[in-house]
Amino acid sequence: MSPRPGFVLEVDRSTPKTLFWNGERFALEQLPEGSRVLYAPEPLAPLEDPIAAIRSALEHPTGDSEPLSAQLRAGMSLTVCFDDISLPLPPMEAPDVRQLVIEQVLDMAAAAGVDDVVLIAALALHRRMTEPELRHALGNRIYDAFAPHGLLTQHDAEDRDNLIDLGQTDQGEEVELNKRAATSDLLVYVNINLVAMDGGHKSVATGLASYKSLRHHHNPKTMVHSRSFMDAPASELHTANWRMGRHIADSGVKVFQIETTLNTDTFPSNFAFLQKREWEWSLRDRATFTATKAALDRTPNRVTRQIFHSIKSPYAMTSVQAGEVEAVHDVTTAKVWEQQGVTIEGQSDILTMGLPYICPYNVNSIMNPILVACLGLGYFFNMYRGKPLVREGGVLIMRHPTPWDFHPGHHPSYIDFFEQVLSQTTDPVEMSKTYEEPFATDPWYIHLYRTGHAYHGVHPFYMWYWCAHALNHLGRVIVVGGDPGAVRRMGFSPATTLDDALEMARDVVGPSPTLTHLHSPPILMADVQ
Amino acid sequence: MPLSEELAGRRFFITGATGFLGTALVERILRCVPGAEVVVLIRPGRRASPAQRATREILKNDCFDRLRFERGVRFDDEIAGRLTAVAGDVGRDGLGLDDEGRRLLAIADIVVHSAATVSFDAPLDQAVEINLLGPARVAAAVAQARSDAKHEGFGPGPVHLIAVSTAYVAGTHQGEAREQLLDQNRFSLEVDWESEVSYSRRLRDDLQTESRRKEQLVTFSKKAREELGAAGDHLLATRSEKIREDWVKRQLVDAGSARAQALGWPDAYPFTKALGERALVAGHGVGTAAEIDAVPITIVRPSIIESALAEPRPGWIRGFRMAEPIIVSYARGLLREFPGVPEGVIDVIPVDMVVATILAVAADGPHPTGLSVYHVASGVRNPLRYGRLVQLVQDWFGQHPLYDDQGQPISVPEWSFPGRGRVQRQLQRATKAMDAVERLVTVLPVRGRQAALAARLEDRNALAKRALGYVELYGAYTETEARYRVDRLLDLWHRLDDDDRLVFCFDPAVIDWGHYVRDVHLPSVVEHARVRTTSAKSVVASRPDRARAAILSSDRHLAVFDLEHTLIASNVVDTYAWLASRHLSAGKRAKFVADLLREAPSLLALDRRDRGDFLRSFYRRYEDAPLAVLEEDSWELFHRQLLTRSFPAGFARVREHRRLGQRTLLITGALDFVIAPLRPLFDDIVCARLGENDGRLTGRLEDLPPIGEARALVLADYAAQHELSLDESVAYADSASDLAMLEAVGFPVAVNPESRLAAIARRRGWHVEHWSKASGGSHSALPLGPLDAARLGSRPSAAALATARSIYAGGNPPKSGVR
Repeated sequence: MSPRPGFVLEVDRSTPKTLFWNGERFALEQLPEGSRVLYAPEPLAPLEDPIAAIRSALEHPTGDSEPLSAQLRAGMSLTVCFDDISLPLPPMEAPDVRQLVIEQVLDMAAAAGVDDVVLIAALALHRRMTEPELRHALGNRIYDAFAPHGLLTQHDAEDRDNLIDLGQTDQGEEVELNKRAATSDLLVYVNINLVAMDGGHKSVATGLASYKSLRHHHNPKTMVHSRSFMDAPASELHTANWRMGRHIADSGVKVFQIETTLNTDTFPSNFAFLQKREWEWSLRDRATFTATKAALDRTPNRVTRQIFHSIKSPYAMTSVQAGEVEAVHDVTTAKVWEQQGVTIEGQSDILTMGLPYICPYNVNSIMNPILVACLGLGYFFNMYRGKPLVREGGVLIMRHPTPWDFHPGHHPSYIDFFEQVLSQTTDPVEMSKTYEEPFATDPWYIHLYRTGHAYHGVHPFYMWYWCAHALNHLGRVIVVGGDPGAVRRMGFSPATTLDDALEMARDVVGPSPTLTHLHSPPILMADVQ
Repeated sequence: MPLSEELAGRRFFITGATGFLGTALVERILRCVPGAEVVVLIRPGRRASPAQRATREILKNDCFDRLRFERGVRFDDEIAGRLTAVAGDVGRDGLGLDDEGRRLLAIADIVVHSAATVSFDAPLDQAVEINLLGPARVAAAVAQARSDAKHEGFGPGPVHLIAVSTAYVAGTHQGEAREQLLDQNRFSLEVDWESEVSYSRRLRDDLQTESRRKEQLVTFSKKAREELGAAGDHLLATRSEKIREDWVKRQLVDAGSARAQALGWPDAYPFTKALGERALVAGHGVGTAAEIDAVPITIVRPSIIESALAEPRPGWIRGFRMAEPIIVSYARGLLREFPGVPEGVIDVIPVDMVVATILAVAADGPHPTGLSVYHVASGVRNPLRYGRLVQLVQDWFGQHPLYDDQGQPISVPEWSFPGRGRVQRQLQRATKAMDAVERLVTVLPVRGRQAALAARLEDRNALAKRALGYVELYGAYTETEARYRVDRLLDLWHRLDDDDRLVFCFDPAVIDWGHYVRDVHLPSVVEHARVRTTSAKSVVASRPDRARAAILSSDRHLAVFDLEHTLIASNVVDTYAWLASRHLSAGKRAKFVADLLREAPSLLALDRRDRGDFLRSFYRRYEDAPLAVLEEDSWELFHRQLLTRSFPAGFARVREHRRLGQRTLLITGALDFVIAPLRPLFDDIVCARLGENDGRLTGRLEDLPPIGEARALVLADYAAQHELSLDESVAYADSASDLAMLEAVGFPVAVNPESRLAAIARRRGWHVEHWSKASGGSHSALPLGPLDAARLGSRPSAAALATARSIYAGGNPPKSGVR
């Protein structure tokens, strides 16, 4: 039986309560009659033999590219770059896709007698991965073979000695990349294309770049003109990365891109109810949900966080393609849409969403208020093609406890950003002018980014820029159940219950609003007609 | 003749001019007596000359606002021509006058002695020197100066010494006290003032000796240590000496009250004043060559002097006097009860009436016998009943409540006029209980807001103690049943003409007590008490905000930080445990933890005793440790452990100082390799360093560890080396052991202070910051390093490893590896 596609439910009197994510907890909410609920398509069938599929992709490349084996020769320098801890979400059960792919690449390299091989985690300005995280992504075999010899590295966007200036694009954007990667005879990039924004030229142009380069597309102007950044043709972020990618190719950097897609099998069996539609919950699902919810509600935050962050997703690979970047990415994007796309008619006045415990920037960490905003207004809001799920001037209601908590090791500049910047302005343009540069060049943040596991000093700004399109578009943002102080600091309105929030929303959009609920994760993309 | 004309152009010599009564007297003479000149006797201050003190303490007082306004631009010139300050001290024989001072005293027409130590709880020796011997010294000095002048060939005119005493010299016995010398009063006890003087001096010497006994010294040292902890020898010695001096003083205060009460006076003040009168009278005419050389004396005895009824303006008051602290404590809801008899008389007299009396006495001239007494009191002529006063105060604060720091009005309690004994017992019980709690809290290992709570507790305790003090000190005055007759005063009053009665009013009958209490006195008291009288948030920045602004001013030169518990909630034991356990297997860890826990109490005790010794002995544990491994592991320790225990607001503060262009310095007893990852945060770091031998640590410190008093020295050297002023520097620390460093700078900041430092910071008004850990970090209960990651996963087969290595070994390793 083929998996069922995504579904738009119209709430009526017989509809059971709808599940809302609420950080490390859940809530069941009664949505008003007539509300629409978007459900993700069911998981596509996985590749039957992933290893064979990978080898086949490497040997039969997509687009204008020679097979990988034909590009490998003794005496060459090879750099294998891979996506970092931000992908996939949640982290997948071992073996990770990156391990499977890189093992095949390394086997081919060994067979060809390549002995100058370096692995680089494409961090951009993200935090460095820890040893267990790297072991999980790459497997012990690769880790133990490379790390002790210093051949497994993590991109350091502040290591002046290991950056190379590749000039400027025709739009005057500076392109500065990891020197080892850019000067190798071949750069193999191994990606996990969890959402449509990932991959393509963005892999190298963003993942291996420095602040000098990134600031040309990680800024409020670009983000406001990316509608959405998940929809390549309508995304200025995409356009800028493609410009840079082509410039990189023109500069002689030879990239062999390997992209993979995953299905929506996001949660292990004990959380199966999270992937089902509420009216289809079995007795067992109901029992598990009730028990889980009750247990979580009685557990301290610290422990629930540990529980959730230990979840490994049973994701399975649905496709793998390799070769020339743009051709590969076209195939990948189509596959992502096939898995995640849901068609829906028209916009609504209110968009509701329950935000989960995880976003790309808090794996094994904590979701601080800025990340809550970024997940809701940056990621979930932008999960559309065509036009946003909510009309211009409409209201976004999200559910998340939004605690005033920060990880001092992972997000040190976020703490100061929250205290020093958001207390002064929530306007992305204003903050980019006044505050971005000092944070980006702050030696202490750079020190923590380079030597520890801290996101770069400028990273919280990018999180806020990610929200820029939504902030421009929406009439109001309401957070249900959040820490009122933290919520207000970000310019949002706190509400205690969904009913209160709906009441507040009516002040903005009128007395009988239409409502759409984004039932995610599992991840879905709305094709708004 | 009108009073002002009678006194016009006369020369006044006044002691005690910087006091409440003295200031009012000087002002009134300068304002109302044309051409009169005033010489004021002022003790030279440590930093100010008598003239400077006169300007600052007399002329700058708001008492002179009216005169300044009336005279306008002529004020300064006129004052310069009429007011002279001479150096002197009524505590010294001959008043310590120089030639010019003696000359001015010799030619004075009227000498007013109003200097006194008015505090009811002054040490006995001090009260004896000033109150008892003062008046006689003044009289003797006047006589001596006049006789000297005569020898030098100019004969001074007649003189009149007016000595201000107190109505309470008569004691608290029931019945009427007349305006007569004490030896004519049948209630008055015959006390030999000369032996009281010698006994009080001997007592002082005995107490000084006693306070230096070994047992006592040990007690003082112990107490200093309790207060300051391991703050360093110098500071402990300083504190201990201060405690000794305070002890002597306290004994003398107690001795004064005890002696006074034994002889029928409520406390040392009226007791010494009474003996002072006797000494003055005893010296009258003694040693002078002729009858005319005897200096005529008039004693003026006011009752409780309070704010002015009308002159220079209604409500003028100087300093916080007897009733004011009681009234304010009551209005703030702190004094729940005060003893007293509702129908008892509270004998209060406005200051301007006392001033007017003195001037009327001066104009009237001395009594033909050369000795006379006036009371200035309201109790007989216009009695204010205690019950009425309490009612007036209660009503007024009902309508004009004070506000607490939350902006809520404070409701005042109803007094039930209990007996003094009951109130005293209640308060004693309360303070005893609070003492016990306070002692307990000081030894608890609390810090930050909890310690601030302890400091608040200490404040409450101090308030309760003060309340008890009021009851003990002033209780007698609300219960006194003596009535001070004013027949002679009224006689003087009746002799004034109508104009003088308007300008120099001193008839207590004119006081409307309701008006005086409600409209004159209480508004003035509240204004002086600097209490909240509105619920509105203050428009001026709060004190912490102002302090923070001063700390972060661009004028500062240097910001110095302590590390442990000031910037990071960690200590040397934690870091050692983490580093030492980093590469231990799970089994060995358990033993390691058990051993460390067993030692914890003794480590803690040693740390409390002496931090230097503690560090020296603790760091021995690093003996033979491989430095390279520790250096490597310390980075992991920092990012995984220390950073999650750091106070982000503290780090932000360091960076803010740097942004402002100030130097930042970290002084810590932590080891160099442990704090290496922190180096970029500061301009400079002074830390402890262990010796090294063949890549292994010796476990011995290379230099003196920069802790305790050594920190102040390090800081001073550093500042000198970089030409920075410590007065313009900021220091941040959490513990009383950092006291020397905090005291060395102009802007000390207590960060999350432990209870001792919290108490010190509160007492000294130091800025306090409460910085907390970021709550999102992962915290482990035990400060142990993670298990080696390789142990976590399944290891690859040896063959696979060998293959991979052989394949990939040829490459050039890039510089940055995976840490």
